[in-house]
Amino acid sequence: MRIPCPFCGERDSQEYAFLGEAGLIRPDPTADDAQKQFHDYVHIRKNTAGITKELWHHVHGCGSWIVVERNTLTHELFTSEYVSERLRELSK
Amino acid sequence: MSQLNRLTEGGLIDRSKPLKFTFDGKRFDGFQGDTLASALIANGVSLFGRSFKYHRPRGVLTAGSEEPNALVELRSGNRLEPNMRATTVELFDGLIATSQNRWPSLNFDVMSINSLLAPILTAGFYYKTFMWPASFWEKVYEPAIRRAAGLGKPPEGFDPDHYEKAFAHCDVLVIGAGPAGISAALAAGRAGARVILCDENPLLGGRLLSDMQHINDMPALEWVRGATIELENLPNVKIFRRMTVFGLYDHGVYGAVERVSDHLDTPPPFQPRQRSYRIIAKRAILGSGAIERPMVFGDNDRPGIMLGSAIRTYVNQFAALPGRRAVVVSSSNDGLRTAEALKNNGAEIAAVIDSRNGDVIQRAFGGKRVQAIQVRDKNGGIRMIECDLVSVSNGWNPSLHLTCHLGSRPVWEESKNAFIPGKLPQGLAVAGAAQGNFTLQEALDDGLRAGNEAAELVGFSPINFAVPSAEPDKYEHKPVWRIKTSKGKCFVDFQHDVTDLDIELANREGFKSVEHMKRYTTLGMATDQGKTANVAGLAILGEVSNRSISEVGTTIFRPPYTPVTLGAFAGHHTHNEFRPTRLTPSHQWANERGAVFMETGLWMRAQYFPQYPGENWLEAMIREVKVTREAVGVCDVSTLGKIDLQGEDAATFLDRIYTGTFSTLPTGRVRYGLMLREDGFVFDDGTTARMGENHFLMTTTTAGASKVMAHLEFCHQVLWPELNVAFTSVTEQWAQYSIAGPNARHVLEKLVDPEIDISNDAFPYMACKSISICGGIKARLFRISFSGELAYEIGVPNRYGDALIRALMKVGKEFGIIPYGLEALSTMRIEKGHVAGGELNGQTTPLDLGLIKMVSQKKDCIGKKMSERPAFLEPDRPVLVGFKPKNRTTKLTGGAHFLNIGAKPSLDDDQGHVTSTAYSPSLNSWIGLGLLKNGKNRMGDTIRSVDFMRKTDELVEICDPIFLDPNGERLRG
Repeated sequence: MRIPCPFCGERDSQEYAFLGEAGLIRPDPTADDAQKQFHDYVHIRKNTAGITKELWHHVHGCGSWIVVERNTLTHELFTSEYVSERLRELSK
Repeated sequence: MSQLNRLTEGGLIDRSKPLKFTFDGKRFDGFQGDTLASALIANGVSLFGRSFKYHRPRGVLTAGSEEPNALVELRSGNRLEPNMRATTVELFDGLIATSQNRWPSLNFDVMSINSLLAPILTAGFYYKTFMWPASFWEKVYEPAIRRAAGLGKPPEGFDPDHYEKAFAHCDVLVIGAGPAGISAALAAGRAGARVILCDENPLLGGRLLSDMQHINDMPALEWVRGATIELENLPNVKIFRRMTVFGLYDHGVYGAVERVSDHLDTPPPFQPRQRSYRIIAKRAILGSGAIERPMVFGDNDRPGIMLGSAIRTYVNQFAALPGRRAVVVSSSNDGLRTAEALKNNGAEIAAVIDSRNGDVIQRAFGGKRVQAIQVRDKNGGIRMIECDLVSVSNGWNPSLHLTCHLGSRPVWEESKNAFIPGKLPQGLAVAGAAQGNFTLQEALDDGLRAGNEAAELVGFSPINFAVPSAEPDKYEHKPVWRIKTSKGKCFVDFQHDVTDLDIELANREGFKSVEHMKRYTTLGMATDQGKTANVAGLAILGEVSNRSISEVGTTIFRPPYTPVTLGAFAGHHTHNEFRPTRLTPSHQWANERGAVFMETGLWMRAQYFPQYPGENWLEAMIREVKVTREAVGVCDVSTLGKIDLQGEDAATFLDRIYTGTFSTLPTGRVRYGLMLREDGFVFDDGTTARMGENHFLMTTTTAGASKVMAHLEFCHQVLWPELNVAFTSVTEQWAQYSIAGPNARHVLEKLVDPEIDISNDAFPYMACKSISICGGIKARLFRISFSGELAYEIGVPNRYGDALIRALMKVGKEFGIIPYGLEALSTMRIEKGHVAGGELNGQTTPLDLGLIKMVSQKKDCIGKKMSERPAFLEPDRPVLVGFKPKNRTTKLTGGAHFLNIGAKPSLDDDQGHVTSTAYSPSLNSWIGLGLLKNGKNRMGDTIRSVDFMRKTDELVEICDPIFLDPNGERLRG
């Protein structure tokens, strides 16, 4: 697999480490049901078969955490971007 | 006997370079340019091996990598390689080959008695015969089957040769250098694209090497030669010979292996035997050609029965005549081509049997060599024809394997009587025979078109040039899937000894799906993956189940196209180079001192420093601990992870990462920190020093260094990108030594520059400071202690690491300094009840480890909320305790389980387990740390430590995990 890194360009997948579903929001620890929210945040995943957004870490490259949009059924890869808006601004 | 069947002229062999080789110990001669198969054929050898199941004599069927029969063991000793196809082994001087799967000899094989057992060795025989009793399987059946069946044997020792791994990048990858591939490479190369052209053979040309065809009214090989020169002179084209593209992967990644030195006796200096590539190609063109199909008739496996295309290769490319009196059997116009090649080179054509006229071959006769065949003509008349060679041509199967590697299935094309590629993977085009376009002109046209298209798609403008023109030709073919009136065994899969009756049986017993039939009969599951077998198998399954071939469908092809040796995948990653070895800054010095090293992760660390030859680890450890606790010891702790964090939000960031609070830590002070995973379990620990208002230096465990770094990156980039903090690993930039013991300060005072005050008042416990030593060398000093003694860690830029350890030993001599290794380090930390690997096992919480005070209740941090889960608060959870054996000289073992006295060993009665043990020189007793259920309330209890692996069952007394100096008076001294 080839995964484009927004900083380094297209690289071999062995340079990356996979984490999982992107877009999870760390819950507010002061919320009334924080325990339940953290449980879901840590354990519950959509496990989509199809187009997903995933977190990858360019661990043997620039160290960027990136969001990769990809189809888990076909391995088709659509987009790859910095996980943080801030970094995207910095790169301009 | 010297090359009786070698033609006096012609071929692409070099008669001026004779080569000697042996087969089964017998000496033979051949020429440069031969394969092992062609040289043996030239020497009149027709028997190459014995078959897998029935041990039937087998010869050569093909002239390429699809060969199912002629498998040999190549070379000897540790270079021995089993299952090498004689048809692809290039001959070299001194080559040693041995036949396989026979005992005691190829000519006389006692296991050929299996032929008589054929009725029970049919499809599914493994399942049927050996089902019961189950205990017989491992002890009786499997060893017996393994002895009788199976192919070659692997060598016993280590492969002495090197293998390499490499990447290659190109615009257009052309797979196969036959007419289609060459034509495609020319088109793309002339347009300016970066082209890689590869072929599994040593010569470019593909079928043009074997078939005396013409291009542009010249012999085709002239065209190949011209094209090769042109391609070699194009700077944007790279040609790889002896390179097989074996797999197609996602996003235009192709797996390939280049046989760099396989054609030589031993690899030249500094050359690998093979090199595996990942080729990253924007576009690829598959010009892999096609493989001719054999025919399924009685005893069709007799040596001397060969594919027509292979016979033409042996005659035309290798000038080796496989027989003197041939019968040419064909269901296409290929037969005539073979007959012509044979006749032109002195063989007698006994008959041409063209099934399109209604004549069929029913059976072959002969044992180790075909002697005659039986023909049934269209009127039912039977006749025998004597011969020593049978050429069979039954149409072609496109070599479309790579098109399937991402899951696409081939489709049956009735007009071509062949499977052709289905939906193509992104970026791939197919040209020529691989697409089912079997004539030379089609191959040239296809290649040109595909090459131009590929070049255009990657941004180059194709150059117009004349399409090479071939002689007029037509592919006319009406396949014969099997001759039903045959007697004798009709083999479909030669390598796995699968016959047409096996397929019938599978169908009769309900294995009608092609996937089921494949597994039940093992059709196509041998090392050749059924390249010559599969389609006939499908056709026969269709016939017996009244389905068309397209209804039956096909199984799928997976990588690799041909077998790849594991060495090529491993590359240099073997033995000590399996993974990197990291050496500490004091490694060379420690080595000079005779230290014994041990692997910890990637690091080599000193385990202990024997003082005299033969001092064992226990004696050395006891001495090292005693001297350290009584005087002073030094230990290289550079392996701990070091992460430098800076920025105005660094303190806030650390507050969120650690369970403790770091924003309140004054500059110049160090604090112990505990990190949790978000699920509430302990992740890592270490000390973090505040070097400045916005500058922290974190340490991690040795094992956790890279995981912590990735975790910090995650937290910063994903969770809190708004925090202004930057960090980098400086593990390798700083050499760090722990100096521990009552004399530690005296030693340091000798090294630090005069203006540096390290008195207890000026530099108390948990202080840190940037200092200079030895007259201006910058250093970092931390007053932290893992050993429980008055201790410091001193860090210097890595390049001073070796000098510093030597300096420390020199100035420390008057204070009795010794170096100590991991054993002593570990003992001292157990004496102090510090948690490490055994306790930080990913299943323990701060509460379990007695570290709940480290969790600030005033703020959130990673893992805080989940660490408060009700289940984590249950009193029955195993928690950290210390323990001592009742008999203090009894050795304790890590991993032992705690059981109450009188309890039976069972999961229900399990009370926890031992995480760390050591012999404590300070207490003169073995001691241990463990995780014990309800441990807090069991101080003073006597229970058992039971280790079934090491067969120990000892009484131990539970105690506080801090064995030594519980109030920490020593380290504050």
